[in-house]
Amino acid sequence: MRIALFATCIVDAMYPATAKATVRILERLGHEVVFPSGQACCGQMHVNSGYLKEAVPVVANHVAAFDTADYDVAVAPSGSCVASVKHQHPMVARSCGDAALEARATAVGAKTYELSELLVDVLGVTDAGAQLGSYFPHRVTYHPSCHGMRLLRLGDRQSRLLRTVQGIDLADLPEADQCCGFGGTFSMKNADVSSAMLQDKAANIESTGAELCTGGDASCLMHIGGGLSRQGSSTTTLHLAEILASTMEEPASVTGEVLVSTGKARR
Amino acid sequence: MTTFLGMPALPAFGSGNLFAGESFPKAAHRELGNAQLRANLGHATHTIRDKRQAVVSELPDWEQLRDAGSAIKESVMARLPELLEEFEANFTARGGVIHWARDAREANEIVAGLVRETGETEVVKVKSMATQEIGLNEYLEEQGIEAFETDLAELIVQLDHDKPSHILVPAIHKNRTEIRDIFLREMPGADPALTDDPPVLAMAAREHLRRKFLTAKVAVSGANFALADSGTLAVVESEGNGRMCLTLPETLITVMGIEKLLPTWQDLEVFMQLLPRSSTGERMNPYTSLWTGVTEGDGPQNVHLVLLDNGRSAALADEMGRSALHCIRCSACMNVCPVYERTGGHAYGSTYPGPIGAILSPLLTGIQAEENNSLPYASSLCGACYDACPVKINIPDILVHLRSVDVDSKRGTKKVPSQMDLGMKAASWALSSGRNLGLVEKGLPLGRLAAGRDKKIKKLPGIAGGWTQSRDIPAPPAQSFRDWWAKEHRDAGGSPGTPDGGPSSTPSPETKEAQQ
Repeated sequence: MRIALFATCIVDAMYPATAKATVRILERLGHEVVFPSGQACCGQMHVNSGYLKEAVPVVANHVAAFDTADYDVAVAPSGSCVASVKHQHPMVARSCGDAALEARATAVGAKTYELSELLVDVLGVTDAGAQLGSYFPHRVTYHPSCHGMRLLRLGDRQSRLLRTVQGIDLADLPEADQCCGFGGTFSMKNADVSSAMLQDKAANIESTGAELCTGGDASCLMHIGGGLSRQGSSTTTLHLAEILASTMEEPASVTGEVLVSTGKARR
Repeated sequence: MTTFLGMPALPAFGSGNLFAGESFPKAAHRELGNAQLRANLGHATHTIRDKRQAVVSELPDWEQLRDAGSAIKESVMARLPELLEEFEANFTARGGVIHWARDAREANEIVAGLVRETGETEVVKVKSMATQEIGLNEYLEEQGIEAFETDLAELIVQLDHDKPSHILVPAIHKNRTEIRDIFLREMPGADPALTDDPPVLAMAAREHLRRKFLTAKVAVSGANFALADSGTLAVVESEGNGRMCLTLPETLITVMGIEKLLPTWQDLEVFMQLLPRSSTGERMNPYTSLWTGVTEGDGPQNVHLVLLDNGRSAALADEMGRSALHCIRCSACMNVCPVYERTGGHAYGSTYPGPIGAILSPLLTGIQAEENNSLPYASSLCGACYDACPVKINIPDILVHLRSVDVDSKRGTKKVPSQMDLGMKAASWALSSGRNLGLVEKGLPLGRLAAGRDKKIKKLPGIAGGWTQSRDIPAPPAQSFRDWWAKEHRDAGGSPGTPDGGPSSTPSPETKEAQQ
């Protein structure tokens, strides 16, 4: 299968390792990955902040980059951005009265999958250890991000994949279904409420004794990780794709750049 | 000159207790500082949330019930004028009197006039959101009429001269010790030895209220439903105090929003399953009172209904927002809301707090009224409210819609654009082509530099400072994925692809292996 990678702006700019991991997983399964170079962002920051007019060129760009027959399906390592592509793009096109863009956006949305959705529903991955060689000998807890859970209805796809990673010690996160408080510009406009939500999420993560918290959305993980870092916690965050891509021969760097650069990978 | 006949100019926005007097972030900041409030709220919302989940899970057709509830409400909104007239005809035929009120002021004047006609100066009240919305108690007080709340929680709030903070559990922000203190201070004849044991407190309130029920000649209520095909009104409650008010006095005045109509008796079947499970987490509420006009020799002999618009027509005119009028005031959305759970209801200013309040208040008043334009931003858009809503109001979508109404309402009105305006404009440029984003990403090494030795960005200026008040930002990578991919690809000898053009493909596995 020819799979187009939608890296998402945050992963492209801040977490390239997550996109590389996504490529590795798909190639390991024998698929060809393409990267439409015109891509930039899904535009949900603009839409969710009320700047619909400013969202239009962002959405139009995404549709132009992915509106080609050159791939079979598109994938993004993010539930939130995929939900935006599927649900918001046609709405944005409608709001500016562009019926042609709406139709193309709908077609692109129909071909776009969140990573775990693609792996489980389309590529038939049921055992990450056996099929992907995933190996990750760490204590991990998992935060199911809101948009994957409620807009895409990912259900237990992500956690099922995690459970089948060899060597993993997956700890249940109390109140897992509670929002981490990110919410895009909500984290700045309503910083106090957002921080209060984050504080509770961080406390729940700490209570599991996990070395790190994983999930399917880099934005939520940046939020959670940023809070843990500020509180001086040793717990970090790592995207699900990087855990799935981690193998015995090529393990994922667990603790981020700080410890990697000093060569101290925690075990 | 044109002569305009017919409909008055729309929208006519609502008035009364529908406004955030200060911006939500400011109010939230204050409420978050109240540790007692947060503890009470956390405990109470989690308890109701779990109860609701349990009784909802046991119904195999819950999703179909939600669909039915949503469809019925949609049809009501589509033919509201016709249904209102059908209701009016039936209600009037059974001896009731209908009054139409465009806004809070008209509704208050009508109720005060009706009370005055009876010669009474006291009324007992059934818990009602509509009368909270119009500020009826305060208005009646100005007119020399005393209104006594008879719902236990409303009574507590009224005795404390406070405002409700939840539509179903108005005193959710108070614990039992606080309630005991309020009773001792404010309830005439309260036993000085009163303890904070809930049954003891309930008995004290019961004694106090019983005196009122037996002497009151006039009652004021709201209504949960109105059935167009029979002219029947319904009140759903837990305590039975409502029924006391609905049956004992001689005069009964009900105030109800025009959106509360249901077409037929049969429709009640759906809502009587949806409402109790969603609100109190009960399979069935203890008391359901239904009345149709006047029954000679039984119950109130003067029966009035004030039909209240107060911005509902304006909300109905908003195509994207109108489904907010489907709301049956169950409060499930606020019980599951992570924002409400932490700020409580007072932070929203309006009578309607929580997610539904964040959309309903600005829809009823117009986005530009007071600080109501801050309400649609009081959400992380986590979507828990939409999942819990028994009539499937897509609250997150309406929040986003109202944010765009707010942003658009300010376009061209500001001398200096806000930081948010400038940021969004710049981001729109950067994120609307791969080439532009690639250019911006060339600056990532600068960000790395700024992060310094500990590889963390700890303080940002302006609105971004909201982020760094409790969160670090990791040092950006040395190279974006886009750059890595292009380099990888070039080194592999393939075509780099046009910067804005079609896809470039994966390098051959052998070369890739060598790169890693």
